[in-house]
Amino acid sequence: MSKQNQEIEDFVGGQYKHGFVTDIQSDTIPPGLDESVVRLISKKKKEPQFMLDWRLQAYAHWQTMPTPAWAHVHYPPIDFQEISYFSAPKSADDAPRSLDEVDPKLLETYEKLGIPLHERARLAGVAVDAVFDSVSVATTFKAKLAEAGVIFCPFSEAVQEHPALLEQYLGSVVPYADNFYACLNSAVFSDGSFVFIPKGVRCPMELSTYFRINEAKTGQFERTLIIAEEGSHVSYLEGCTAPMRDENQLHAAVVELIALDDAQIKYATVQNWYPGDAEGRGGIFNFVTKRGDCRGNNSRISWTQVETGSAITWKYPSCILRGDNSIGEFYSVAVTNNFQQADTGTKMIHIGKNTRSTIISKGISAGRASTAYRGLVKVLPGATGARNFTQCDSLLMGDRCAAHTFPYMEVKEPDAQIEHEATTSKIGEDELFYCRQRGIEEEDAVNMIVNGFCKEVFKELPMEFAVEAQNLLAVSLEGAVG
Amino acid sequence: MRKNNILLDINKLSVSIGDKPILRDLSLQVAAGEVHAIMGPNGSGKSTLAQVLAGRAGYEVSGEVRYLGEDILDFSPEERAWRGLFLAFQYPVEIPGVNNVYLLKAALNAQRKYRGEAPLDAFEFLTVIKEKMKLMRIDESFLNRSVNAGFSGGEKKRNEILQMVVLEPRLAVLDETDSGLDIDALKVVASGVNTMRDPERAIVLITHYQRLLDYIKPDKVHVLADGRIARSGGPELALELEEKGYDWLRDEAASA
Repeated sequence: MSKQNQEIEDFVGGQYKHGFVTDIQSDTIPPGLDESVVRLISKKKKEPQFMLDWRLQAYAHWQTMPTPAWAHVHYPPIDFQEISYFSAPKSADDAPRSLDEVDPKLLETYEKLGIPLHERARLAGVAVDAVFDSVSVATTFKAKLAEAGVIFCPFSEAVQEHPALLEQYLGSVVPYADNFYACLNSAVFSDGSFVFIPKGVRCPMELSTYFRINEAKTGQFERTLIIAEEGSHVSYLEGCTAPMRDENQLHAAVVELIALDDAQIKYATVQNWYPGDAEGRGGIFNFVTKRGDCRGNNSRISWTQVETGSAITWKYPSCILRGDNSIGEFYSVAVTNNFQQADTGTKMIHIGKNTRSTIISKGISAGRASTAYRGLVKVLPGATGARNFTQCDSLLMGDRCAAHTFPYMEVKEPDAQIEHEATTSKIGEDELFYCRQRGIEEEDAVNMIVNGFCKEVFKELPMEFAVEAQNLLAVSLEGAVG
Repeated sequence: MRKNNILLDINKLSVSIGDKPILRDLSLQVAAGEVHAIMGPNGSGKSTLAQVLAGRAGYEVSGEVRYLGEDILDFSPEERAWRGLFLAFQYPVEIPGVNNVYLLKAALNAQRKYRGEAPLDAFEFLTVIKEKMKLMRIDESFLNRSVNAGFSGGEKKRNEILQMVVLEPRLAVLDETDSGLDIDALKVVASGVNTMRDPERAIVLITHYQRLLDYIKPDKVHVLADGRIARSGGPELALELEEKGYDWLRDEAASA
């Protein structure tokens, strides 16, 4: 390996900054999974019968499913009996009514993560729901949102307060039998966020959820459900972190988005789960199902993701373009370093007439990591006038990493216009030398080149998070330059 | 030539890649205020010389390169740049998504930082660059484009010279900046270089053809053949080469 490559590798070997553990009393159920665990979770959540029935159906079905093996990732089999399926900070047994009731240590944790839970969040104009291990601990700005008719609350609260909406929409985009991890989630999910934007309302602020895994040997299984009624708009962001641990932890979430006529949902993710150490020990298995249903005409769903964390990422935020003239978008930056693996991409299912989709995927691999883009563009019979544009670019840093592209296309309408562009480039000695010859130090040059590479995606993020994403990228690429 | 005015002093420089020697015992002195042209056939080592001066990794290098009195061979590329050494690349790279102005401002401010000067803010910088762009006849749309992305060959070369006039180096090495230019672009590039002539500054033009020297009159011309300076002289040497080609020099070098 050349000296230059060594330098690049040293340079990307930055430190994970969210690896601390919060010492807090938790109510964690013993590891293991059977029907009684499913019943226990439902009982702890005081759920109505339909929820319990749904969970039990999911659990029964899950037991019949084989673990999926098609993704381009490698890991030892997961022992689902070793995981604890529920962990909550003790004080949350009676869910806190306001921030004052939240354990100060928890607030401190979110402070460390830079999440503005207090009212000063008003400055940022962001309403935050925070999920710690299995439960949601605080939602800010609930009152202000309620004035606009917006519901933004923990999932378990929605179960109590808005059961009719849940019964109507839960599982309507990702049915429990959809896939192995979604099915497991349906059986054991403990909390998450619920958003409802009524007809004609433009949500007055960005909504945001932060997820944090704290307890050892627990899995995190949250669900997010966002419903945007006719003509409404919402922009939503989720962020994720976890402590550093030697063993792997499972995160299997489900996100369902529903956009009715003329509605728009923008969903952005900044995923920074603990990626494991430089030798590939530990880290989060991030196996997530995200799907949006453009159910109404002229609706629009846009996914933006910046994936820098997790030992393994396996997710395909997708759009079902059911309504006529509906639009689906997917903008992704996936960064892998050391021994991280990512298999990520999207599915765009064109069903309505004159539907359009755009896919921009940027993969960055460093160290011995591997990034795969996997995408499906499907145009069903009757989806006349469908258009898709796909661009997948891969950037390699050093000479021991890998990038793969697996595009699938199934087109059943002859007038569909499908474009696919793909490039693979190395963050080359040429580009670095060029910048350095102009006087820009190597570390700054790498940041500049990587940020340039990701620009098309970053510009899709809400402003304040675009800055956060750039910083995050700089952190994951930070290190001593030789 | 005053001895104490030597800006660049190359002494017995040998360069190889693996077992393949490229430059052998090359010596050259360039004084402040001078323009030198280095000519030679393809494969004679001209571009290697430019890359080694700028600090490109991957070569085995021996000998000495003194610039402003310091041996710079162990300096990183950016340390050389901060001291005012500039290379106009033969093949400027494209950096998608990175704005031209952003790169150039970062470069200028990095060099100002080394000199202990305050960084220019966006407004001050724009004032500087807009004036220089006029000189290089570069359209304002350039400001919002990515570094060299989608530029024609001529635009890339003009961009290199623009960077040079903004950064105002002490020593500028231009590696085949004239190749691939039509006559109008060549004139623009030459006028850019000519405005840079200064008693404090030296310019080294690496070129294959005499053509550029019609517009930029060099003080000295050197011919590189087989990794050595085969001959040095005044501007008339360039004309002689134009007439006779390089083969006679190569024969001479082989029999030497």
